Amino acid sequence: MDTQAMENTAVEKKDAKVQKMMLILSKATIDNVYACFILANGARMEGIEAEIFFTFFGLEAVQKKKLEHLHVATVGNPAMHIPTLLGGLPGMEAFATNMMKKEMEKLDIPPVGEFIEILEASGAKLWACKLAMDMFHLEREDLVDEISDVITVGDFYQRAQGENTHLLFI
Amino acid sequence: METTIAGQTIDLNNEGYLTDIKQWTKEVAMHIAQEEGITLTDGHWPVIEYLQEQYRNEVPLSIRKVGKSGVVDIKQFYALFPGGPLKKASRIAGIPKPASCI
Repeated sequence: MDTQAMENTAVEKKDAKVQKMMLILSKATIDNVYACFILANGARMEGIEAEIFFTFFGLEAVQKKKLEHLHVATVGNPAMHIPTLLGGLPGMEAFATNMMKKEMEKLDIPPVGEFIEILEASGAKLWACKLAMDMFHLEREDLVDEISDVITVGDFYQRAQGENTHLLFI
Repeated sequence: METTIAGQTIDLNNEGYLTDIKQWTKEVAMHIAQEEGITLTDGHWPVIEYLQEQYRNEVPLSIRKVGKSGVVDIKQFYALFPGGPLKKASRIAGIPKPASCI
């Protein structure tokens, strides 16, 4: 490839700015929920559209009764650097979660409920997965008001149409 | 990088942010806003003043803080500065690009 061609390729890549982030949240451990929310919010802050599809355990993050009680996993999580047996002791998850929440508050990271409000105010779209709702016997009223609707995976893919859309499974 | 806005010489970094807030004037703000596709209205100035005040007090900025400022809520902030409100508003306010992820 000559220099001119390389420059042209570089220009094309530069022009391909991310337009839309479609995030799928399938887990309810607090670290996964925050990763998803920070990615969605970060996209909005850059002028990128953001939508989240809450499915399976991810639905816990938008259930009124559960969203403030999410935990970090202390068992089966090698990044905790504590023996698995200790991680399984009663109160261990709550202890680790409280530590994490304190650190996050220091960094101005909002609690889950407030984060959902911020996302909605920022123009991010939040969707609940119909299949998972049926599976867990959940009703629309069980979810926070910020959820736009209960939709199928097909509906979600329809919304992903357009150039420079990225899908991310968390 | 030096540029001339409204007859004044202004120093900008390579991302177009002012490197010295002392060079900021309302005319400079209006010019930068225009580059960002924004026409400044009465609703914009209190937000710009709030951001400058926070910068002078060395408070790191975030969308959450702006939303709690009492000056503007998050929805209004996005409506006033569409397409990246914190970055655009900071550039117009003549303060450095915020490093916040929230």
